[in-house]
Amino acid sequence: MIARVYVGLKPGVLDPQGRTIANSLNDLGFNEVVDAKQGKVIELRFAESDAGRDAVEARVKEMCEKLLANTVIESYRIELDEE
Amino acid sequence: MQTAVIVFPASNCDRDAATALEKLTGKAPRMVWHNDPIIPDDVRFVVVPGGFSYGDYLRSGAIAANSPVIQDLKRKAEAGLPVLGICNGFQILTEARMLPGALMRNTNQKFVCRISRLRLANAKTRFTKRYDAKNEIDIPVAHHDGNFFADDDTLRRIEGNGQVVFRYVDNPNGSRNDIAGIVNEAGNVLGMMPHPERAVDKLHGGTDGIPLFKSILESL
Repeated sequence: MIARVYVGLKPGVLDPQGRTIANSLNDLGFNEVVDAKQGKVIELRFAESDAGRDAVEARVKEMCEKLLANTVIESYRIELDEE
Repeated sequence: MQTAVIVFPASNCDRDAATALEKLTGKAPRMVWHNDPIIPDDVRFVVVPGGFSYGDYLRSGAIAANSPVIQDLKRKAEAGLPVLGICNGFQILTEARMLPGALMRNTNQKFVCRISRLRLANAKTRFTKRYDAKNEIDIPVAHHDGNFFADDDTLRRIEGNGQVVFRYVDNPNGSRNDIAGIVNEAGNVLGMMPHPERAVDKLHGGTDGIPLFKSILESL
């Protein structure tokens, strides 16, 4: 099983890197871009186990709350994939 | 007076902090390694220094905030031990939830390294009572992620409680309300992006950091 964790800034938190990316795209002529947000993807691979999807997801949620995201400024989304 | 400096892999202001503490207390601080589960009981003041702990991987301060020594620091700070987090140390204290808010990438995307002029937003804390509230002070900054963010409710709360301690006169990083340093509600944990340990000797170019160390050391 693989879990993909998408971490990004919460709405309302100014994203200076996203802003710079949007400006740069505008400079390159992509004028249709009005905003960009930058985040990160963390891919986790798990050892074989009998744990069901719900159990895995609960564990990954705990990882997000404890370390992978700073919930003061970031939100996260979890995707699970069979390998 | 026994003090301590926490040392992480890739801390780089730990020795500056140690030099400042030794100069002001006459005694070398204990250098406590991040994997040590306990800060020695004779320690009465702790500095979490600047640097790039764990290479700033994931987020500045995020990995360090989960190290064994920080778990003990949290317990001891809740019991009243005074703590000063400088630069990366401030980032670590917010990541450890010992201070509110978060430090984000500077809005201009640049690493800023210069003398910053600060206003005393609260000169009555244990860390600032040696300062004259009317005077501005010059303390160096050197950071890429110093842009203080807290949501509106948190900002209102910390402003209302007098938890904002220092503000930039000329905001170098986009921090909300020009915030350069804050204390926790109990007043024993201060986090700040500027480096007071780099302003304790005339050869540093200024000594405006000295009253901060004197204030907290005299309060013990």
